[in-house]
Amino acid sequence: MDKNTLLEVKNLKKYYNLRGGFLFQSSSGIIKAVDDVSFSIDEGETFGLVGESGCGKSTTARVVLRLIQHSSGSVIYDGKDLFSLNRNQMFKIRRDIQIIFQDPYASLSPRMTIGDIISEPLEIHKIGNKNKRIKRVKELLDVVGLNPEHLSRYPHEFSGGQRQRIGIARALALTPRLLLCDEPVSALDVSVQAQILNLLADLQKEFNLTYLFIAHDLSVVKHVSNKVGVMYLGKLVEIAVSADLYSKPLHPYTMGLLSAVPIPDPKLERQRKRIVLEGDVPSPLNPPSGCTFHPRCPIAKDICSKEIPALKNYDKNGKEHYAACFFAGKSI
Amino acid sequence: MIDSSTNNKVLEVKDLKTYFYTDDGVVKAVDGVSFDLKKGETLGIVGETGSGKSVTALSILRLIPEPPGKIVNGEIIFNGTDLLKLDKKDLQRFRGNRISMIFQDPMTSLNPVYNIGNQIMESVIIHRKLKKEDAMKEAVRLLKMVGISEARKRLSSYPHEFSGGMRQRVMIAMAIANTPDVLIADEPTTALDVTIQAQILELVDDIKQKTNSSIILITHDLGVVAKYAKRVLVMYAGKPVEFSTVDNIFYRPRHPYTLGLMNSITRLDEEKREKLKPIVGSPPSLIDLPDGCAFYKRCEFATDACTCSCPPLKEIEKDHFVGCYNASDILKTRKENN
Repeated sequence: MDKNTLLEVKNLKKYYNLRGGFLFQSSSGIIKAVDDVSFSIDEGETFGLVGESGCGKSTTARVVLRLIQHSSGSVIYDGKDLFSLNRNQMFKIRRDIQIIFQDPYASLSPRMTIGDIISEPLEIHKIGNKNKRIKRVKELLDVVGLNPEHLSRYPHEFSGGQRQRIGIARALALTPRLLLCDEPVSALDVSVQAQILNLLADLQKEFNLTYLFIAHDLSVVKHVSNKVGVMYLGKLVEIAVSADLYSKPLHPYTMGLLSAVPIPDPKLERQRKRIVLEGDVPSPLNPPSGCTFHPRCPIAKDICSKEIPALKNYDKNGKEHYAACFFAGKSI
Repeated sequence: MIDSSTNNKVLEVKDLKTYFYTDDGVVKAVDGVSFDLKKGETLGIVGETGSGKSVTALSILRLIPEPPGKIVNGEIIFNGTDLLKLDKKDLQRFRGNRISMIFQDPMTSLNPVYNIGNQIMESVIIHRKLKKEDAMKEAVRLLKMVGISEARKRLSSYPHEFSGGMRQRVMIAMAIANTPDVLIADEPTTALDVTIQAQILELVDDIKQKTNSSIILITHDLGVVAKYAKRVLVMYAGKPVEFSTVDNIFYRPRHPYTLGLMNSITRLDEEKREKLKPIVGSPPSLIDLPDGCAFYKRCEFATDACTCSCPPLKEIEKDHFVGCYNASDILKTRKENN
């Protein structure tokens, strides 16, 4: 690789033990929220993580940031293994890795002014004095397209889109290199969504930011990502360069997902043949045997319920296009 | 709109105004909405949060909580009867019977303390006066129709035992229990994952074909509208801004807001675009709307006229209604861009 790999996630697992009973607790099962997930992100690029609710996208981001304890695997950030760092070292690294949350209504404290919200990370990391911090907050507000004079206002005075801008300003305060964006636009209306997506693109160019972009909206992910990973029940089932994943998906789940999204073009929709995947996402507490997608898969054979397909590279032109399917590329 | 198809209209909403009287002032949630619904058609209503889509739907069924809300003006003509003039008892003959609704959130719209069977049977017992055994048979038939397996066993299940998609199926079963003429689906799939969304929308469309009912589909997802709707009403800040066929709305929009919406969306079928073209600013507060057009502050075509009075919805070509003084400029710009 010519490019500098900024983040590498290797065989990451997060299992939750469920305990039953009140006095005599016994293990009643394991939920594999993130199961053997590996991917890497190059500096200045965007890696999109898509999947339906409960597939483990957000858990992955939180484990990377060590907001949740991992079960096994490793996360290498800029050559350092994050899971081997002590509290102090991790504290320092957090300046580099910041997160933008989904819900701009819940992720800002209603009792703090936006000036306090944005300068809090600076205070925690003891950067500058009070005056310098206020200057920096004004600068940040300007960068995200808000009026710098508004720093003494409270979150409730802002609309959803503006609040998301405040969340972005807070994440930028410490000049991070990696931003984890957890569904940053899914709570917003389309016209405002486009504003935020443009802002994120501008910021990436300006500050050479690297994004882990988590979303369930496939068209949004297509718009922002260089590389995309598709998750299903805690596992990555397909990873490829964005253009390849969308133009020639290999995994039947990816094909189903893409086909399920209606395209805002009436004439096209009238001709388009849709594949509707049957059934629900199974409970992660009791996942199907073999390939966990097989009960919903239109091309499943006997082997799919018996063996777990490995994530393999199917690209013949020296590029990377990984899929975890015994019949990768077969049309459904 | 006076042509031979007049008799085809199942529902006609005329100049509907629903206001909410709050401590902070009067919220004009719906302010002068008119449209008609033809037999067997799917009409899409699109708009952003707070544009008045849902309040329009709730007003049709007179489900607006009163106070603070009040329908202050308008007519809702269903097969010749003005629903707004009926008393509670007469209204009951229509609501849940001839016109019914699928709500957005299947997690909160089902009653958690009654089993599924009772909730479906309630509506057939009230409206069709069926005996309990017959109602039970009917409930089984309905559950089968919406694709729930082992329907008989499922009657005694409670909502929490079902997934989001299954609950929405139950909601649909309740809504179609009396084969209504009009089905109002208010963001029926917003709370669901994409693959489940596809299943539910296909189901609703399928039921429409079988029962020849008309559907009002309220959504903010333009893809869903493109696929299922025949005509589309675009709303902004409580007002209708454009009303036409789905092809006109998508390929020949004449209102700057509709045009802005089309430019803002990310699409699955196109190559990565350098930049999206969003609408600047954010929607206005419904309490103190600007004089004139509610959109003018965000509008690139705005002129002085727009700040003075609100442009009424006018028919600029056959079956194409636009509420904008500068609709012809937009036509020009669009041609230049192509």
